[in-house]
Amino acid sequence: MGDGSTLEPEGPALQDLSASEIESILDAAASFKKSKTSKALAGRVATLIFSEPSTSTRSSFEIAARRLSAEVLGFSTASSSLLKGETLLDTIWNLEAMGVEYFVVRHEVSGILEELAPRTKASLINAGDGAHEHPTQALLDILTLREKKGALKGLKVVIVGDILHSRVARSNIHGLKKLGAKVTVCGPRALVPSGIESLGAAVSHDLDAALSGADAVNVLRLQLERQKENFVTSLPDYYAAYGVTAERLSKIPGCAVLHPGPMNRGVEIESAAADGPQSAILEQVSNGVLVRMAVLALIEEWRSHAG
Amino acid sequence: MPGNLVIKGGLVVDPSQRLEEVRDVFVEGGKIAKKAPEGALVVDAAGCWVVPGLVDMHVHLREPGREADETIASGAAAAAAGGVTTVLAMPNTEPPLDNPSLLSLLRAKAAIDAKVNVLFAAAVSLGQRGAALTEIFRLREAGAAALSDDGRPVMDSGLMRRALEYSRDAGLLLIDHAEDLGLSAAAPMNEGPAAAAKGLRGAPWSAETIHVLRDVALCELTGAGVHIAHISAAQSVAAVRSAKKRGLPISAEAAPHHFALTDGDIEGFDADYKMNPPLRSKADREALLEGLADGTIDAIATDHAPHDGAKKAAGLALAPCGVIGLETSLGLALTLLVAKKVIDKKRLVELMSAGPARLLGLKGKGSLRPGCDGDVTIVDPKARWTVPGSFISKSRNSPFLGMNLKGRAKATIVAGEVVHAL
Repeated sequence: MGDGSTLEPEGPALQDLSASEIESILDAAASFKKSKTSKALAGRVATLIFSEPSTSTRSSFEIAARRLSAEVLGFSTASSSLLKGETLLDTIWNLEAMGVEYFVVRHEVSGILEELAPRTKASLINAGDGAHEHPTQALLDILTLREKKGALKGLKVVIVGDILHSRVARSNIHGLKKLGAKVTVCGPRALVPSGIESLGAAVSHDLDAALSGADAVNVLRLQLERQKENFVTSLPDYYAAYGVTAERLSKIPGCAVLHPGPMNRGVEIESAAADGPQSAILEQVSNGVLVRMAVLALIEEWRSHAG
Repeated sequence: MPGNLVIKGGLVVDPSQRLEEVRDVFVEGGKIAKKAPEGALVVDAAGCWVVPGLVDMHVHLREPGREADETIASGAAAAAAGGVTTVLAMPNTEPPLDNPSLLSLLRAKAAIDAKVNVLFAAAVSLGQRGAALTEIFRLREAGAAALSDDGRPVMDSGLMRRALEYSRDAGLLLIDHAEDLGLSAAAPMNEGPAAAAKGLRGAPWSAETIHVLRDVALCELTGAGVHIAHISAAQSVAAVRSAKKRGLPISAEAAPHHFALTDGDIEGFDADYKMNPPLRSKADREALLEGLADGTIDAIATDHAPHDGAKKAAGLALAPCGVIGLETSLGLALTLLVAKKVIDKKRLVELMSAGPARLLGLKGKGSLRPGCDGDVTIVDPKARWTVPGSFISKSRNSPFLGMNLKGRAKATIVAGEVVHAL
């Protein structure tokens, strides 16, 4: 995948990026901290296709594209009409014919971007596909940790919650492992898929044991409908066993707290933990814009080289 | 004379006569004969194996209802190209084959359209809804060859018990798609590291094994034969093996994709690797090989399940389940089982012809004894070929595209008529 400074137009899947490619995205993101805006995407049109509701990721991509001087066309489509891969492909082909070159896609189906990418010349940027990957989220998590801790190598990072359904968990495992961090995933057995250790993560079902000595904990959102499917016994029961609380954090004062948002306060995280001194959650949000600017700018660079 | 043949100089492999020697095979008036008939067409089989026509006891021909994916005519032509002379079509058509009048219509259509023998399994329950039994005696009168709700499991064990009692009375084999839907929960692939990495839900092996164990218990309760379709899990094979040791009338078939591939072989999110039951682990695959060799598994059946390309383009998570198999099954069995010495030639013929013919009670099939039907497959064991991107089948949803295989059907003969020749 390229020479490490640019990205191919499939957009990054953390599974496919090398450590040096990840570092160069993070460096580019850091550089936007100073410059704030650029003309990199002047004259380009970026479209945001979101088949799942999202305020934060969508706004973050939109701000990032605008800061790079792109025009932004954003729409959400009810998931029913975008459910079939071929329908989404038709949408992309139509917009491509109108001159759109960038598609930021959020979709509930794992792997949909891998299916679509070979069939379009436009660049598809993964804003989250099913439980597969959410690359820019992992990149902004990692940038935030790099800022907090200096280097990723040797850090102990715990990802707690619904690992089974989490794209954030998978992208983080790939990215963190590549940069030399140690990753533990933690949650009830019903929400930790068998075989996840093959990605290189340790598995725990005991949050207190997992958090011991942790440098960071990434707290995943628990979709409230999981209770109906019997993945969790009850929300208070889940909170008792896996809720990240100020009390739990008090034993590990050096541990940074991350959350991809939106938070269910009192379900997976206590407000005192989310808003407390160890929280890096709002820094994550700020870094999100920078990482997305970096990804868009690097893909533009690749596209102009590829001519 | 049509139906008169001399098949000359091939190695005849026929376990029903304990035969493995070079000799000529004669067909007269569509039946195997003792001596050469007058005015017969001569087919040269030198260097080839001459075996009883292959019987594939598990295919989906999609007619009626989904003729864009396959028809009786196209499916039968695909069978002929793959060396298969008899297929058993599953009843999950649209509408499902659950009544004698539809069965009569389809049998009449097959008699006109099909190059090979097409048999039909009728549904166990009306509409395959798992609630009320079909008219099993009238279906037998109309020519049903077996009973199955394939595509769906019979979830209600009480209904399964009654179905087995009636299938025993009617003398029809009951073929069960073993799957506990609560456990499999419509997951698109096997539970394990590959699903975890892709972020897809997985169906555990136990979803199949629980129903196999239930079927063993009901088999013992009713005395009726149960046949496990497309067995895929190691623990299911173990359950069948131990039930057979106790003398229970249980049998099983395995599909080529399950003995050829594992969930680790799935390329990205390519839906051509999606079927139900899903590709499982290496240990499961090895257990299938063992079961094929030691007699636990009685038949190789493809579960040929054509889907038009656009449906499979939806990707692993959303696309419908199923892969085609009629044109690749013999080549895969020769390459992966016989050439690798998992089984010998005789066992191959048992698994692909004599075994399924016996299970379905097909008199005159699965054997080259004089008087049997003149259904013969001529196998070229040395032919090297690459699975092409296009098929005789109307669909091309195969995980084996581009695979190099050794061995295939050189000619397929049905009732003394050559229906396929290379």
